[in-house]
Amino acid sequence: MLTIPMEYYLILSAFMFTVGVAGVLIRRNAIVVFMSIELMLNSANLSLVTFSSYLGNSIGQIFVFFVMTVAAAEAAVGLAIIIAIFRNKLTVNIDEINIFKW
Amino acid sequence: MNIEIILFIVLASIAAVTSVMMITRKNAVISAVFLVLNFFSLAGLYLLLNAQFIAVVQVIVYAGAIMVLFLFVLMLLNTEAEHQLFVDKKGIKFFAIFIAVFVFIQLAFLIFKGAPSKSLNPDQAASIKAGTIQTIGQQLYTNYIIPFEVAGFLLLAATIGALVLAKKKFE
Repeated sequence: MLTIPMEYYLILSAFMFTVGVAGVLIRRNAIVVFMSIELMLNSANLSLVTFSSYLGNSIGQIFVFFVMTVAAAEAAVGLAIIIAIFRNKLTVNIDEINIFKW
Repeated sequence: MNIEIILFIVLASIAAVTSVMMITRKNAVISAVFLVLNFFSLAGLYLLLNAQFIAVVQVIVYAGAIMVLFLFVLMLLNTEAEHQLFVDKKGIKFFAIFIAVFVFIQLAFLIFKGAPSKSLNPDQAASIKAGTIQTIGQQLYTNYIIPFEVAGFLLLAATIGALVLAKKKFE
């Protein structure tokens, strides 16, 4: 197969990345911001798999495997940080979490 | 229209629509469910790209483990829905959307201008071979053994870090 031009996959990947960027910028709930970051990681994975498959080389897919490992570690630690913040401030609204803001 | 193009159109439109729905829903739990749908359609796209191992790992790790963690934290914290999503700070939010659209147009221009499909003709047999768990496992345990071990150590560190951070108080 592979009859579809690879630009279509790359356009979908670019679209999902920009939607993730917009999600990080417009949402105020810290957990939804986190989910938007996951969306951006997935769009990067999609373009890596596209190039790996069209070039017939498995290194891109190995890289996707490591990205998934880092994403799992990041989700665990990030959600633990969000729980710790919620315990102290009773909110996950990132407009109200501003102790480092000057 | 062969079956590959039909599957691509269906899966790609599900992925695009669910990603937009995810950032526009007021209720965070509904956002998480749309993100799960997005991950499943991406797994289908990986299968179309002959990446069978990555497709299975996508369903198990992303749609399974990570999203269960997200939904667990969402329901544990019971955050209020963002009723003011497009009401307050309107100017900044529309500026953010404008920036995102502008970046997308730039990326699309670059992709179609670069046109990577014109300069390479995909080899179907090599592509299928690259996606099998046999090839990836062999590469992981020979050429990429040190990154593999480091990734395992990173997961250990993340487990300990999450335990320490989420614990009630420090002794």
